[in-house]
Amino acid sequence: MSSFEASVNSNVVKKLKALIVDDDTITRMILKALLMKFGVKTHEAKNGQEAILAHHSGACFDLILMDLYMPIMNGRQTTKELRDMYVCSLIVGMTSQEKEEEKKSFMDAGLDYYYQKPLTNDESHYLVEKIKGNALSLSKLKSIDLIHMLIY
Amino acid sequence: MEVGQLQRSFVEYMASLFREGFLDAQFSQLQQLQDDSNPDFVVEVVSLFFEDSERLLNDLTMALDQPNVDFKQVDAHVHQLKGSSSSVGAQRVKNCCAPFRNCCEEQNTETCLRCLQQIKQEYLLVKNKLQTLFELEQQIVAAGGAIPMLQ
Repeated sequence: MSSFEASVNSNVVKKLKALIVDDDTITRMILKALLMKFGVKTHEAKNGQEAILAHHSGACFDLILMDLYMPIMNGRQTTKELRDMYVCSLIVGMTSQEKEEEKKSFMDAGLDYYYQKPLTNDESHYLVEKIKGNALSLSKLKSIDLIHMLIY
Repeated sequence: MEVGQLQRSFVEYMASLFREGFLDAQFSQLQQLQDDSNPDFVVEVVSLFFEDSERLLNDLTMALDQPNVDFKQVDAHVHQLKGSSSSVGAQRVKNCCAPFRNCCEEQNTETCLRCLQQIKQEYLLVKNKLQTLFELEQQIVAAGGAIPMLQ
């Protein structure tokens, strides 16, 4: 890897942002600590409505961790609404729900992945690698655009 | 007691909590998340678990004491308790939740009350064990030692 690529990589990782959407304080604390270990900056929302409001005010995230059962607006409705707003972040559903039909309707709302709570170290590592890959491809595309702009 | 002996007692006590099923791998994960930038992480999370559980156990006691029990409400409380107990790795409390939720589905007040008694008992046991563990930690730190990590 060239030093230029290494510096692009480290800049991309530094800028990774995640939104934790969960009404449970314990879950938010643990997810925050887990993601911080991998260098991801976290923001929190206590229900779906807060997550939607954050996006309305211009926030965008590489990763959204979404609980299913929350007061005011649940994870399924929130995911659907975010996708309707063309939010293309990696959205990962997390529940302690075992019922297959609940999982399926949550996935159908627009999730990329679904995990049983609590999220493990390996699972969060996998997700961070995934968003790092997405962010790197995006930054490469932007560099290509920039080169094109300079040439033409 | 000297530091080495305190550390050995700590390791033995912690191993017994895993062996007897009070705690599971999720608790080890919490311990791994604790570092110099986050030195009281485990105690903070577990204290919140104590607060949440006590509130939920009170709510459950009141909900099951009504003449017309709202089983949907009872089930929602048990669901929350299952979530917080699995978040901290309080395995035996978590394991009481599935049969409790089945009793809610059957709308059986008597079996729900039995489940509540059992879950209260498991909660008090794990609370007591965790407090003992934290006291041992404090003694090790006060004696100038480091908390041993269990693999």
